[in-house]
Amino acid sequence: MRSLVDGTDALGLILSGDPKLFAIVRLSLLVSLTATGLAAVLALPLGALLGVARFRGRDGVIVLCNGLMGLPPVVVGLVAFLLLSRSGPLGAFGLLFTPQAMVLAQIILVAPILIALTRQVVEDLWDEYRDELTAMNLGAFTAVPALLWDARFPLATILLAGFGRAAAEVGAVIIVGGNIDGYTRLMTTSIALETSKGNLPLALSLGIILMGLVLAVNAFAWTIRRWSEAVAG
Amino acid sequence: MRELVSELPIDFAAVGYAAGQTAILEDISLRLDRGEPTALIGPNGAGKTTLLRLAMGLNQPSRGLITRGGARGGPPVRRAFVFQKPAMLRRSAAANIAFALRAAGRAADRPTIAALLGQVGLGECATRPARRLSGGEQQRLALARALARNPEVLFLDEPTASLDPSGTKAVEDIVLSIAARGVKVVFSTHDLGQARRLATDIILLVAGRIVERASAQSFFACPASAEGAQFVRGDLVV
Repeated sequence: MRSLVDGTDALGLILSGDPKLFAIVRLSLLVSLTATGLAAVLALPLGALLGVARFRGRDGVIVLCNGLMGLPPVVVGLVAFLLLSRSGPLGAFGLLFTPQAMVLAQIILVAPILIALTRQVVEDLWDEYRDELTAMNLGAFTAVPALLWDARFPLATILLAGFGRAAAEVGAVIIVGGNIDGYTRLMTTSIALETSKGNLPLALSLGIILMGLVLAVNAFAWTIRRWSEAVAG
Repeated sequence: MRELVSELPIDFAAVGYAAGQTAILEDISLRLDRGEPTALIGPNGAGKTTLLRLAMGLNQPSRGLITRGGARGGPPVRRAFVFQKPAMLRRSAAANIAFALRAAGRAADRPTIAALLGQVGLGECATRPARRLSGGEQQRLALARALARNPEVLFLDEPTASLDPSGTKAVEDIVLSIAARGVKVVFSTHDLGQARRLATDIILLVAGRIVERASAQSFFACPASAEGAQFVRGDLVV
């Protein structure tokens, strides 16, 4: 009976457009989209270069990148905390317990995923295109922009996966953000806090929105895939 | 403005190529110069594709020397290659041509793209995804992409191996028109009929060695080598 009441209250919060609820959603989206975007700027070229470059120790770098895909968020949070704390190398910027700190933590979390998956996609494409592009007088490195463009649809899916990872994690952002009400409180950290406080309607409403976002991201990824098959073959 | 230096003749001097411990080509000496199309014929595994790749510069010889226009090495500025199974970029047919034009340092404007697609009979397919084209259409698009490089020499690796007769005819007609414009065409085939139709210069390759080079007329009328005679009779299939 209690669950039913909580669920009804949660839906009521969503439908009433509760400003506190939607401020949390807005900040969560802002942090995760910024982190995914900045990570993409760094990771897509790096992943592509790793896909086409051949150098001593490449296998080790690939294993490392693949391994970092499974980074525990709390470890990332701890590393980011040490970097940003007053005595850390980035302490002078005073970023700890700010949204920027949460963005940094999510970049550390998402970038290895983007690098590893981009590397795989671009390497497969390079295997397919190598002869054609070499015959067009394009080397591995000059071919990278073309490879990234032709891999745009799987890369879009990879970016969405990265966003999903960023949006759904709680361990890192709670350490470096501090879960400060109205400032660094995100959907995931709010769910953890409100559940522990027994405020289930708010936790449930955030959970519903988070699930909705994850489903929307997956639906979008699927749509892109189907559309790409029709448009680019 | 890129200086256009001639890449012909292409000279092989005692060239050998090995993949690991396996010798693919041995002691190849030949000259590919301006003129009528040259056909590389021979049974499967004779080394035809490898020879074409070496001439294009896609592979480097294990032994010997290859020069183009008297110079050693150098990027493929005025040579182009059409593969047996060309890889289509994940773009429209027109965008594939535009990419090849830009890679060659040429302007990728609409009239040029339309002209190239028109040359290979794909004028109506400009906006279609290249990977959705039929095998024959893809092969013709690969030819248009090669022509976008404004080549002096065009290498074709069994360009009609997987095509039906009408697709083969379409590709052969395009190849003849390219050759008629003064582009040196060098192609590999194990289709003797195709070699007769397209080439005036025949190179017979068997087990990694050139066993005969002759004009098409004399080769098909009276092969000078025992292997040539066997191949024309259809006895040499391995």
